[in-house]
Amino acid sequence: MNKRSSWALPYFIFLVLFVVVPLVLIVVYALQDASGHFSFSNITKFFTDKDALSTFALSIEVALENTALCILIGYPVAYILADKSLNRSAVTVVLFILPMWVNALMRTLATAELFTMAGITLGKGTLLFGMCYDYLPFMIYPIYNQLAKMDKSYAEAAEDLGAKPLQVFTKVTLPLSMPGVVSGVMMVFMPTVSTFAISEFLTNNKIKLFGTIIQENINNSMWNYGAALSLVMLVIIGITTFLQGKDSREAAEGGAI
Amino acid sequence: MKKILAKAYLWLILLVLYLPIVFIAVFSFTEAKSLGNWTGFSLNLYKNLFTGSMQNSAGLISAVENTLLIALVASLIATLLGTVAAIGIFNLKGRKKQTMQFLNNIPMINPDIITGVSLFLLFVFLHVSQGYLTVILAHITFCTPYVVLNVLPKLSQMNPNIYEAALDLGATPFQALRKVLVPTLRPGMVSGFILSFTMSLDDFAVTFFTRGTIGLDTLSTFIYTDARKGGLTPELKPLMTIIFLVILAVLLFINVRSTKTKTN
Repeated sequence: MNKRSSWALPYFIFLVLFVVVPLVLIVVYALQDASGHFSFSNITKFFTDKDALSTFALSIEVALENTALCILIGYPVAYILADKSLNRSAVTVVLFILPMWVNALMRTLATAELFTMAGITLGKGTLLFGMCYDYLPFMIYPIYNQLAKMDKSYAEAAEDLGAKPLQVFTKVTLPLSMPGVVSGVMMVFMPTVSTFAISEFLTNNKIKLFGTIIQENINNSMWNYGAALSLVMLVIIGITTFLQGKDSREAAEGGAI
Repeated sequence: MKKILAKAYLWLILLVLYLPIVFIAVFSFTEAKSLGNWTGFSLNLYKNLFTGSMQNSAGLISAVENTLLIALVASLIATLLGTVAAIGIFNLKGRKKQTMQFLNNIPMINPDIITGVSLFLLFVFLHVSQGYLTVILAHITFCTPYVVLNVLPKLSQMNPNIYEAALDLGATPFQALRKVLVPTLRPGMVSGFILSFTMSLDDFAVTFFTRGTIGLDTLSTFIYTDARKGGLTPELKPLMTIIFLVILAVLLFINVRSTKTKTN
């Protein structure tokens, strides 16, 4: 079987061409001025650009709040779904993932319309609600996966040894489900920072998130500055990935549906 | 008591999750242009959708066709590429294996916008004119890692001796591949394919950056442009309703069937 290892080669070439080189190009374009000379001007522009900086801060804030909200709402859902005594049907799990199959932009537009009908002004509150609505399944699913494959005997052992239900949860179940939470956070946090269409729809263009600024620059042919802004995001992704190390990789091997 | 509370919580969240979808479905049965406007029951939007008698009908129909075509081609290629790659990665050792797994993780960790912008820069840099080809390549890029992740566990569950046994019993390597390896990997390939297909269908950001200026639209970009112009094409409502019902039927069918086979 060993010569089969060469079967990885086509994909390796593909990954280098379509993943590594494009990421390197972000760095290259970010460190060039409009005429193609090496320069830090785009980077310094970002750090002196009040608009971009405040949008960046706001995006991080919204993303943090959204992630926390998704954990608060999604964890109990995942817990109930994974608990055989509370939920025996696999169909319920599917029902939580199903909305994702309807075009996200269309759902977001409908959400915004519902808010308008209910007389709620579009703003930060509706933005958070809509974001949470869009990303909740991404938080539920990894946590559910982790809880479902968890060995129940740990919790039972804790119970037998006299732990109260709350203690069983905080000392056993919660720590064991952390890899699922971490990969859920990965799937919610960065995407929230970088969404563009969703935030525009949910706030009627009143609130811009970081993704919108990147998109505007790229679309207005300000490639170098757009690349510099993307580089800022890449750095954050790099740091968060490094911090969480192997956890997400293990949790990600859950498979589909 | 605990059970009732738990059920109530689940149904409350489900209700909120489905509210916008139900909203779209309900308002697909009226004629009004804007979403929250009820002007009496009517099937006209459905009729328009199927007879093509609406504004921008060519645009919407080609957007649907493009979405399906791109999703189908991209996920087929991704499944093939990912399966071959998974077999290769499974047989790699040490640092090479780690490198491949690391590279495979990057497209999954990157938010859509980074994938989109980076590929956009690649195509600009290589002077490739953007259109179907670049969108499909981009979709293959973000789909393949999920195929690899779905096929790899099937390989480690497989007993390698069966493959050797097939060879010992006189099967050619190709026969052994077809009769032993492919059947074992099929569940992983299928779930990888389904995952790729749905991600491709739902993608917006990556398509947005790689479709170029030839006017190529998928459903997502169509809806985006439409909504930014102010008026959403009303026929999108019946279209979304139909898509949702089809998917609901398919998924429930698959799940009922798989729970039946499990209990048998």
